[in-house]
Amino acid sequence: MALPGPAATSFFVQRLTAHRHFWRSSALGSVLEPVLFLAAMGLTLGTLVDRGPGVPGGVGYLAFLAPGLLVAAAMQTATGESSYPVLGALKWDRLYEAVLATPARPADVLAGHLLYVAFRVTTSAAAFLVVLVLFGAAASPLVVLALPVALLTGLAFAAPVTAMAARLEEDAAFAALQRFLIVPMFLFSGTFFPVAQLPVALEWFAYATPLWHGVALARDLALETAEAGSALLHVGYLLLWTAAGTWLAARALQRRLVR
Amino acid sequence: MGGMVESLVRARGLVKRFGSYTAVDGIDVDIEPGESFGFLGPNGAGKSTTMRMVGAVSPPTAGELRILGMDPAVDGPAIRARLGVVPQTDNLDLELTVEENLLVYGRYFGLPRATVRERTAELLDFVQLTDRAKDRVEPLSGGMKRRVTIARALVNEPDVVLLDEPTTGLDPQARHVLWERLYRLKQRGVTLVLTTHYMDEAEQLCDRLVVMDRGRIAAEGSPAGLIAAWSTREVLELRFPVTEGGPSHAAALAPLAARGAVERVEELPDRLLLYTADGDAALSEVLALGLRPLSSLVRRSSLEDVFLRLTGRTLVD
Repeated sequence: MALPGPAATSFFVQRLTAHRHFWRSSALGSVLEPVLFLAAMGLTLGTLVDRGPGVPGGVGYLAFLAPGLLVAAAMQTATGESSYPVLGALKWDRLYEAVLATPARPADVLAGHLLYVAFRVTTSAAAFLVVLVLFGAAASPLVVLALPVALLTGLAFAAPVTAMAARLEEDAAFAALQRFLIVPMFLFSGTFFPVAQLPVALEWFAYATPLWHGVALARDLALETAEAGSALLHVGYLLLWTAAGTWLAARALQRRLVR
Repeated sequence: MGGMVESLVRARGLVKRFGSYTAVDGIDVDIEPGESFGFLGPNGAGKSTTMRMVGAVSPPTAGELRILGMDPAVDGPAIRARLGVVPQTDNLDLELTVEENLLVYGRYFGLPRATVRERTAELLDFVQLTDRAKDRVEPLSGGMKRRVTIARALVNEPDVVLLDEPTTGLDPQARHVLWERLYRLKQRGVTLVLTTHYMDEAEQLCDRLVVMDRGRIAAEGSPAGLIAAWSTREVLELRFPVTEGGPSHAAALAPLAARGAVERVEELPDRLLLYTADGDAALSEVLALGLRPLSSLVRRSSLEDVFLRLTGRTLVD
């Protein structure tokens, strides 16, 4: 399969140019969502949790929750940017068709798309980080390491979701994806409580999800409890999803666009 | 090839299959620099599939294809760098402004930003959309979107512009504006390759064309040459009252054909077409036979008649 070339940057620039037209509303969302979640879950629910046995490790609930929530938000952003927009570019607006009439190839489109998702995930996560600090949810300056973890987690979702979108004819499957995978992952992959709380079968489901690895890694780093071995395992697992997803997406786009 | 100018597009036995369906069934085409070349045919004739192969985005199933002297299987990006493509359905970036659509597109061709800026201004002037430069594309009319697409296709100063059904879906006024702009391009020496199922469009814009039907080329020539070769000078169109179960009017006209006053008679659902050198003389003979058509019209032969002759069907149903 061909490696991406300079046209990938051109596609990235095209998406950025479009983003410039609605960055205000998207930035507002990136700030408002963490404010709502940290206020509702972190402050109010957190007070209740902290009055009881609390979360493991002896940290406050807010400090436990915030890095995980930041990574979970990255999953949502990446999934959102790789579902409807990709199918739309294939089917409705025919954006990819227009790009492929130039020297660009499907590999360039894919690379440019992932670059744009990386940009969206990183900037949203940065906004989240600022809110997190303002909420006093940072237990250590190392919480800033949640950013690269968010980026990696975002890509681990963006790549396979792009592969899925590239095979679809109808958008109904995205609602199912959201309902049966993304929302359950959001709720049960360790963002809000340690997965050890779950029945064993569900606990293993959580370990299989890329989100749990992202959340666990970001939390370990932010609370200064990371160990090299498990950290490498998390990174490796997220990279595996990214690589496999990218390969599948490249193949699907090539088949769909060059025929 | 010792100084010989190679065809811009050269196809031999070009085939495209999708599964068991053969969209293009072994066509030979040569398109020379500076000419306007058309693929005329009804929907489903294989025109768009051919255009996608010529656009180096769809690999042929079989046969030989060279574009600008290159092999699209190997040099796709280099070929596309020198083409301008106007697809059948506009595929502008609806989230961008008119101007941004061109600015962003120019980057794919590796052009310096200043050059793209300069050309964007010129091209928007050329398609008469300078005053809409800063507007979003989405709310523009169909004709305006089409013009933006054409301007975008010219941003790399292509050697060949491929136009797939350039005016389909536009109102008559928008079509004429577009034809006039395309005619100017042609005068500047740009090679135009277009598909159409409108005979008037083919007659207006094409120096040379092929008539396509069911994936094959049925005939090739200039519009006038094709008409001369495949039709008569004039056509007499007759409409008769609907007769149910009675003898057909075509049968009643048989004596005219036998006498040579009419070369050929085509029976369409709503009218009869009498192919003849002299339409008025043929009409007198029809009346002399005692036939009383509801209406009659004498006109010159068109590409529509050529198509009917070649395929037994009309272009636009």
